[in-house]
Amino acid sequence: MEWVNIVIQGVLIGGLYAMFAAGLALIFGVMRLVNIAHGDLIVLAAYIALMTTDTLGINPLLAIVIVVPIMAAIGYGLQRALLNRTLGDDLLPPLLVTFGLSVIIQNALLELFTADSRRLRAGAIEVASFPLVEGVWIGVLPLLQFAVAVAVIGVLQLLFYRTAFGRAFRATSDDQSVAQLMGLDNRHVFALAMALSLAVIAVAGVFIAIRTNFDPAIGPARLIFGFEAVIIGGLGSMWGTLAGGIILGVAQAIGAQINPGWQLLAGHLAFLFILALRPEGLFPKVKG
Amino acid sequence: MIASFKIEHATRSSRIGVAAFGLAFVLLAAAPAWGGRDDLRLLSEIYAYVALASLWNLLAGYAGLVSVGQQAYVGLGGYVLFASTILAGVHPLLAVPLAGAVAAVVALPVAGLMFRLRGHYFAIGTWVVAEVFRLIASQISALGGGSGISLPASIVTAMAPSRQLREFLMYWVALALVVLVLAAIVLLLRSRYGLALTAIRDNELAARSNGVDVTRTKLVVYVLTAFGTAMVGALIFLQKLRISPDTAFSVNDWTAFVIFITVIGGIGRVEGPIIGTIIFFVLRQTLADLGSLYLLMLGAVAIAVMLLAPKGIWGFLAERFGWQLLPLERRLRFAADARTT
Repeated sequence: MEWVNIVIQGVLIGGLYAMFAAGLALIFGVMRLVNIAHGDLIVLAAYIALMTTDTLGINPLLAIVIVVPIMAAIGYGLQRALLNRTLGDDLLPPLLVTFGLSVIIQNALLELFTADSRRLRAGAIEVASFPLVEGVWIGVLPLLQFAVAVAVIGVLQLLFYRTAFGRAFRATSDDQSVAQLMGLDNRHVFALAMALSLAVIAVAGVFIAIRTNFDPAIGPARLIFGFEAVIIGGLGSMWGTLAGGIILGVAQAIGAQINPGWQLLAGHLAFLFILALRPEGLFPKVKG
Repeated sequence: MIASFKIEHATRSSRIGVAAFGLAFVLLAAAPAWGGRDDLRLLSEIYAYVALASLWNLLAGYAGLVSVGQQAYVGLGGYVLFASTILAGVHPLLAVPLAGAVAAVVALPVAGLMFRLRGHYFAIGTWVVAEVFRLIASQISALGGGSGISLPASIVTAMAPSRQLREFLMYWVALALVVLVLAAIVLLLRSRYGLALTAIRDNELAARSNGVDVTRTKLVVYVLTAFGTAMVGALIFLQKLRISPDTAFSVNDWTAFVIFITVIGGIGRVEGPIIGTIIFFVLRQTLADLGSLYLLMLGAVAIAVMLLAPKGIWGFLAERFGWQLLPLERRLRFAADARTT
């Protein structure tokens, strides 16, 4: 029963990783950009949630309603003002600019909020849990987080394949110049994709802030988790990122059970293992 | 009929440049005579950054392998030095090349895995590797685990009897290493591999269609860079006399600074990292007390340079005035009789 508990914990945390991954995969799919500042933007969302709850005194879960539009606006502005200018055939500018951005966000947060670790208090829901079967307990908050992650990915999937919005994304992804000829403004489409990506990680950021302690330096590790989930799941498949997140979460949970020092290592090794055996990921959709 | 020809590498500015490098080398080699202990320490640190940035420049600027995980090899080099001296009794100075060799061997399977990741994802993949190394290092209790370990005094004193002599020795080794790294890079770029690398830098597809084995060339550069980076790392931690997983595999110290130095100085040119390091240290000496704000500003400057002058300060000067400090140009000169035929 102990192992069942561990696997369930891993699956539930995997939902969070899937949200990191979905944001990353989304912008890679649309504009072939890998945002190295992704993790630091997640931490930024957590701090915005902290400020929102501190000033308004509302429940952190309610803060999602405020943090999501703020992050989406930041994403749109960032893409229009900065990142659009880096896109092209050369790989170097987008990588270096987002890397610079990562360092800037991290150190700005450090200046503003110090290196102290913070946490949001969500009240009784934090510790609430219920028994699934005899001996297997499920926390309400982890379950909620997982359900939200599945919903977010479901919405993204619908958006991508059922709406005009998604059609614009897919068209730009397939061929930028043809999409432009068909009347799409690529700069606007890219900015919308970045806004959507940051909206997704805003949700993830609020959950991180409630569930764990956070400080300005934890961003890069979140980027890495998201990236590993993307590669494990396979490029270009939203449900694949959910599977990737779950596999990563379970690997970490099992590693932690064997030896607390092995939690992160086990996740990385699962990633390297899959990269060695199936470099295209478990559920690839597009070659690229 | 085959015209007789030869290839010239040097230009007038490169002859001046090489003379200036020669003069600087003599001056710097004599630094123990004119500088104090702090000067030597600062200069050694500068050498380490010139070497790290030059190696990263070779990797990212020429081979197009943008790694944000070179701290993996800095840290590996440091740990090999500590492990081989403490656990196996190897002489510290012998442990420096040993660290390079171990890193080169490790780099082969790592490259095998990482080269499966395309372009941007390669960058984050290298970061994962560095994290894996860091986590493994913190599990090795014989080397202090997560809290790290100091080099025992007996090993330090075995290098040279007096403290002053030891400091001189370390300084000269640091200078020798940076000269070695720069010379190796210049020679590599003048060789056939250099031509292939420059072609890859300018247009990978065109290079491939002209018969350049792109993957093989990249692999060679990746392994050589790991070799050099680990030697520099070993020396850095020999000077610090203490190592811990967090300092050895620090992404800020060994990758962020190195990337900013290279981008600001001029990526894809050998002179760029040297100019960038000088600027970096001048800024640091004046703005040191700003702390994390300094790093923030450096990031902003690097972004501005990338967007406004993507070839960096040296790239701008070189294009504007046709300067080059090192004999890396290739100019075809036909013999006089061949030209008339």
